[in-house]
Amino acid sequence: MGGLVMGSYSTSLSRVRGLGSSRGGTDHFWQQRLTAVATLILLTFLIYTVIRLAGEPYEVMRAYFASPLVTVPAIMLAISAPFHMRIGMQVIIEDYVQSKGLKLALVMLNTFFALLVALTSIVSLIKLSLGA
Amino acid sequence: MAKTEARPSRPLSPHLTIFRPYVNMMVSILHRITGSINYAGSLLLAVWLAAAATGPDSFNLANALFASPPGLVVLFGFSWSLIHHGLGGIRHFMWDMGLGLTVPAFRFLSWATILGSLLITGIVWAIGLIKWGAL
Repeated sequence: MGGLVMGSYSTSLSRVRGLGSSRGGTDHFWQQRLTAVATLILLTFLIYTVIRLAGEPYEVMRAYFASPLVTVPAIMLAISAPFHMRIGMQVIIEDYVQSKGLKLALVMLNTFFALLVALTSIVSLIKLSLGA
Repeated sequence: MAKTEARPSRPLSPHLTIFRPYVNMMVSILHRITGSINYAGSLLLAVWLAAAATGPDSFNLANALFASPPGLVVLFGFSWSLIHHGLGGIRHFMWDMGLGLTVPAFRFLSWATILGSLLITGIVWAIGLIKWGAL
């Protein structure tokens, strides 16, 4: 990082000028918006589901999750929300964690956590959907 | 050559403590806090789904934990956090589209996010508790 490199009088900017973009500049911005829209819509479905199942016994829950009309949006939410969370938490980590090693470790851990939440939810939903 | 510090001490820009708190700032900070709460809360949803998929015993145990007084407090907080972050998201979409970029609009949208999130959370819980049979 930093402006001047030892033995070179050029600045960081002048060294990268003309090399073209890194092709990744707005990826996270766009993905964050895309998953935000999906999660926002599916949040109404989640609230409906929680109210629908409040106080209901096991059999009613099984019958509810047996329908693809429930399982499919639920799996979509189990994908969009962890995706969104992962990008958001990475921004927080990058903002507050100064040490390079710790930052790298936390960014990795963040991805593992998002995958853990997503896969636990998806596998459970598929099991509920397909019965047994 | 004189020894130079790798990171010379420079004056810091004014930070949180120097500003008078105002509603736009609080809602902006709340957006990050509620995002973090939702991050942790997502694990609760995943655990509930796993319990439901495991069988009646684990399903009933998970439901009993969520229906306990501490469980209900956590669920209430989590639901408010989700709704607050969702409304904050709508606010951000408006800004992305270039809408509401004036100081009075900032102030209005900030209050709308706080009061709207409390109102919607209250309505959702009233419906949920009636459905549950607790009201």
